[in-house]
Amino acid sequence: MRKISFEAIYVLWLREIKTFVRARSRIIGNIVQPFFFLAIFGVGFKSSMKFATPQMSGIDYMQFLVPGLIGMALLFSSMFAGLSILWDRQFGFLREIMVAPVSRLSLVLGRVAGGMTTTILQALSILLIAWLFGFRIKGGASFFLSLILMALIGIGFVGMGVAFASKMEDMHGFQIVMNFIIMPIFFLSGALFPLEGIPSWLGFLMYIDPLTYGVDGMRAVMLGISHFPLAVNFTVLIAFCIVMLTLGSYLFSKCEV
Amino acid sequence: MQAIQVLNLTKEFNGFKAVNDISFSVEEGEIFGLLGPNGAGKTTTIRILSTTLRPTKGKVKVWGYDVKTDPDDVRRSIGIVFQDQTLDDRLTGVENLDFHARLYGMDKKMRKKRIEQVLKLVGLWDKRNTLVKYYSGGMCRRLEIARGLMHYPKVLFLDEPTLGLDAQTRHIIWEHIKSLNQREKIAILLTTHYMDEADILCNRVGIIDRGKILVIDRPENLKNLVGKDIISMKLSSPEKMIKLVAGFDWVKKSELHDGLLYLKVTKGDEKIPLLVNLAQKNSINVELVNLRKPTLEDVFLHFTGRTIRQEEGSTRQRISMRLRSWRRR
Repeated sequence: MRKISFEAIYVLWLREIKTFVRARSRIIGNIVQPFFFLAIFGVGFKSSMKFATPQMSGIDYMQFLVPGLIGMALLFSSMFAGLSILWDRQFGFLREIMVAPVSRLSLVLGRVAGGMTTTILQALSILLIAWLFGFRIKGGASFFLSLILMALIGIGFVGMGVAFASKMEDMHGFQIVMNFIIMPIFFLSGALFPLEGIPSWLGFLMYIDPLTYGVDGMRAVMLGISHFPLAVNFTVLIAFCIVMLTLGSYLFSKCEV
Repeated sequence: MQAIQVLNLTKEFNGFKAVNDISFSVEEGEIFGLLGPNGAGKTTTIRILSTTLRPTKGKVKVWGYDVKTDPDDVRRSIGIVFQDQTLDDRLTGVENLDFHARLYGMDKKMRKKRIEQVLKLVGLWDKRNTLVKYYSGGMCRRLEIARGLMHYPKVLFLDEPTLGLDAQTRHIIWEHIKSLNQREKIAILLTTHYMDEADILCNRVGIIDRGKILVIDRPENLKNLVGKDIISMKLSSPEKMIKLVAGFDWVKKSELHDGLLYLKVTKGDEKIPLLVNLAQKNSINVELVNLRKPTLEDVFLHFTGRTIRQEEGSTRQRISMRLRSWRRR
């Protein structure tokens, strides 16, 4: 019971991938939204906005926005992957999983693995769209580092989603999480505007937002501009992942179906 | 060996006894039914037996393993078909079964063989690669039964296996349950609030109401216990027949309605030849004989003073509200 079953992790991962690939409307929706953001938001602001700080000179708003949009996609799709436990609960499938002779930890890890993979696939599709808009990453090494950052952001937020879903009885809680957790995390992450020169009360909220470090880290490796040193970003994200995985597994192990 | 042993099991939710000191056992290869209205404690019992709910008091053993101390061994020994659908409808039939088999640690060769076996058993082999969202209600139920059998369980739990299905589909499911019980030599515990279902499928039936098991016996015995069989006869001179049968102590009551003679008797099937012979000896012409056996419905009425259908209407809402408040804890 306490053991981790790799077969169980694999099969949950496989289910996530299969259902992801089959949900065509979801994939299209996930690509269209960042496309509009880039095409309208990005192009619109690009022409009228110049960053004031010298560090950012030569960076236009479109470039600045791409890591933020990737962060946004990572946040949304990984939280949804974690919260999909609610759907499984609603449609009864959670029971089938819960009575299997498999540890709860394996079940959480399987969901995290699946959610992380589909999340990264979506992030990469945004990167591809951005490439069409002329966005370029500096090189192979920074691409690799970006992947690691994406994985960390994905794992952390899937864990957070699992934690919330374990405490919620039904789907009604979903809107609350959406409006009171996901949206603030997105707006406060610096995905749309830089951390420089903001009032201190807002700055405080942005500093406790884990996604801030994810977006800042991706800007560091993709564009070479960042607010925090990259090591700080990595440390905070790793700590965030550990806390969320532990919390998610603990709460999931306590939940009844 | 006993497949299931339940001794003095009690389950309380906030002081409310959903299951109140029940005891029963299920033998290897037996089909045992828990019959009772909604909210009687059937599903709670199954959830305790399948380790998703912990008992408040009492001893519960499934296939020799204690649900409290060896839940993992219990889980490996059992298959469950839940009351509500628990399939992933974005996957195909085969994929649902494969998912299950992998969770239970079956290797590739065994998975392939077993998937074919169980799908053929429930008649879904032709539909194996169809997404479950295109399955009908009856097909889903059959697939769930197939899935419950995947990992060669020793004991199968069926929680209201034909709830919400049409009459024809119910008969198909019953056939499948009977044939798998014979072919797989598997012990089956099923819960139902359908009298006919318990009657047709079960070797033994426990009648459960308000958390208590009132009686456990074979369906025939239960029916013999409460009711007398009713023989109705169409005769050339029924008045004469009434006088003739008045002397027998096995005739509990005789009545004449609309030209038909109704006799309440014990063991009616044995009495038909006697009555026919008697009539012929006294040159009474027998045009028609009919025997009606008491149903489990009569048994339920006998033990609870209510019919199971009355119970449905009045308490269903109350119980579902109560359930909801438990879940909210």
